[in-house]
Amino acid sequence: MEFGGSPAVIPLYQKILFVLLLVASLAMGVVLWQLRERAHQRLIAGQASAPTEAPLVEPDQLATLLIASDKDNSLLTQVHSLPLPPDPGARSRAVLGKLFDLYAAPDAAHAVPGGAASVTQVFLLPAEPLPAATPTQPIRHLPATPDSDTIRIKVPDSLPPALQAGPPLLAVVNLTSGFAASHPSGIQTETLTILSICATLHANLPRVTQVRFLVDGLERPTLAGHADLTRTYLAGDAAPAESPQP
Amino acid sequence: MPVGREIRPSPAARNRPLRERSQLWALFLFAATAQVAPAQQAPPAPSTQQSRFVVVLDAAHGGDDPGGLLLSGQPEKAFNLALNARLKSLLNARGFQVVGTRDNDVAVEPNRRAEIANRASAHACLILHASESGSGIHLFASQLAPAQPTRFTAWKAAQSAFVTRSLTLAGALNGALLHAGMTVTLGRTSLPALDSMTCPAVAVEIAPERDADQKTTAALDDPEYQARVAGALAAALVQWRAESWNSGARQP
Repeated sequence: MEFGGSPAVIPLYQKILFVLLLVASLAMGVVLWQLRERAHQRLIAGQASAPTEAPLVEPDQLATLLIASDKDNSLLTQVHSLPLPPDPGARSRAVLGKLFDLYAAPDAAHAVPGGAASVTQVFLLPAEPLPAATPTQPIRHLPATPDSDTIRIKVPDSLPPALQAGPPLLAVVNLTSGFAASHPSGIQTETLTILSICATLHANLPRVTQVRFLVDGLERPTLAGHADLTRTYLAGDAAPAESPQP
Repeated sequence: MPVGREIRPSPAARNRPLRERSQLWALFLFAATAQVAPAQQAPPAPSTQQSRFVVVLDAAHGGDDPGGLLLSGQPEKAFNLALNARLKSLLNARGFQVVGTRDNDVAVEPNRRAEIANRASAHACLILHASESGSGIHLFASQLAPAQPTRFTAWKAAQSAFVTRSLTLAGALNGALLHAGMTVTLGRTSLPALDSMTCPAVAVEIAPERDADQKTTAALDDPEYQARVAGALAAALVQWRAESWNSGARQP
């Protein structure tokens, strides 16, 4: 072993390895910087897409509801204000949803649990003439009274022209099986539910002249053991003769 | 001839000449005719066919179809059957021929119920139901529009030819129930069995009796209430039978 001889020499391969590691470190630093910049840009872009305004809601319109009453076996006309979409099917479902919400209220005169979710869909199809033996006016109707539970916010908007004129329509109301299972059993209460649905549909969509019912998309013999759900009901006969009260 | 035996010629008369006895018989015939005449002003006595006045009682539900559940815990099918038995005994005692769609706890399809009623050529058909909703007695005629009877009628609209008579029957039931002090609600509905019956038919739904505050004054399981209902229905059918005999039986 020599002391004070020639200086120690770093091997060439170590120099090359050092340079490569230095370049790799610098490259990784650049890549990390770029990734950080991209993440920052995405964050800024996400903040820009967040909702800053309320979603568009259909304006409130007056809807005429035929509310059943078990006390006197009648239908009471009430006018409520609620947002109604322009599409006739969605409009029908919204009106029936409000009707069922009233029936699900604790102090309802015609108590039926379920609420608006009991109506799955309302399909509107061209109505065909019925062969014979059509149902007739079965229930008397009571007009809206000043002290009735009526919400009146503004003057009734006119129906869109497409909902007023045109060929008659058949409304197919698809109910949930939960609604049918929880509906009180009895001729009077089941008949009132059906008639109030038919009359309410006709009052808000005069072109709806016939109504049929499905439960979970299938035909069902009766609603809760009594009222026939296999036949076509005439909506016009169940509707009140008087026009909605302003 | 029973009347002839009651008026016998006296021994003195037997000794009279034959001419005098003929005069006596003529006098007897005159007197007998005079006694019968006031009776002829009353409605004619029912003929053999009229005496067979058929009423169909349809106790709704049964078997695996319990109907609604009453507050007492009793299923509707059991209440209907009990009322059916009570009303049937009252009607049998009044000379009606009663045909039932079921006499025990068995399931009977709605179409089968209508077939039984139609084969019986009934003068009145009552469909018995019960419910805890509402108040008093609910009477329902078919929701079908009245129509003229035709040779071929749709099964689900067979009742249409009898709707007018059914409404009259509902009126008779209404009057008897009101006379018995009950609350009555009249309506129209679509029931599978009712719409296929070819007879004057009314669905009778019995609900608890309530006062103006909706407080129950007579529950469905009250035997006195059941007896009142059955008695009023039987009285109405007696009146219906008299009206039918006067107007010409069961034609729509």
